Amino acid sequence: MLPGMADVYRALDDETRRLVLDELAVRDGQTLFEICATLATRHQRSLTRQAVSQHLAVLESAGLVVTERRGRTKLHHFDRAPLAEIAGRWPLPEETTPCAST
Amino acid sequence: MRLNLITLYVDDQRAALAFYTEVLGFVLRHDLPLGEDSWLTVVSPEAPEGPELLLEPAGHPAVGPYRDALAEDGVPLLQLTVDDLPAEHERLTGLGVVFTQPPTDLGTALVAVLDDTCGNLVQLVQPRPQGVGA
Repeated sequence: MLPGMADVYRALDDETRRLVLDELAVRDGQTLFEICATLATRHQRSLTRQAVSQHLAVLESAGLVVTERRGRTKLHHFDRAPLAEIAGRWPLPEETTPCAST
Repeated sequence: MRLNLITLYVDDQRAALAFYTEVLGFVLRHDLPLGEDSWLTVVSPEAPEGPELLLEPAGHPAVGPYRDALAEDGVPLLQLTVDDLPAEHERLTGLGVVFTQPPTDLGTALVAVLDDTCGNLVQLVQPRPQGVGA
């Protein structure tokens, strides 16, 4: 296993963190305030700002989220590179059609 | 009991007056010299007798850390209601206003966040009738 991949699996093992990645996949580069608002309104998850901040820290330490400063504001971006490691480790067989169901 | 005055700390009162009147479209209500600074308030043209926004100098040492921490997390300090958020977004973007959050559908409202160039993030909200969208 590559260094840090255990952190990636651990980071993904949480529905709230997966929802955060869902939202960043829809629109990358969001503030903590925006992420809190979308979790509360779109997903009915009213977490404290501190709790969301901790989830983001877990995603960031796993390399799935990177932060960038724009002006005085900190934006969160989804980095899919660690997911490519997973797909590379267990690639789909050539002839297999990916299952469309979720 | 009534709500008549809301305080917003601004880096520069004259720059703030220009932004809130010429860009956002508020109207000057009071501009009274008070030492080096002024008692400076604006009101919405839609409610000239309504609540005044006090554009207060940000000189107090507590203001900097307070606003910096909130700006870092993208927390707006003022919320303004608009009838047509996409139109306002287009109008303001055309005037050079920077949005930290583009118009976003939260189900019960459309929201966006802009930088007022005076040290604050301001949220624009277009409420949506319940049951529509979401």
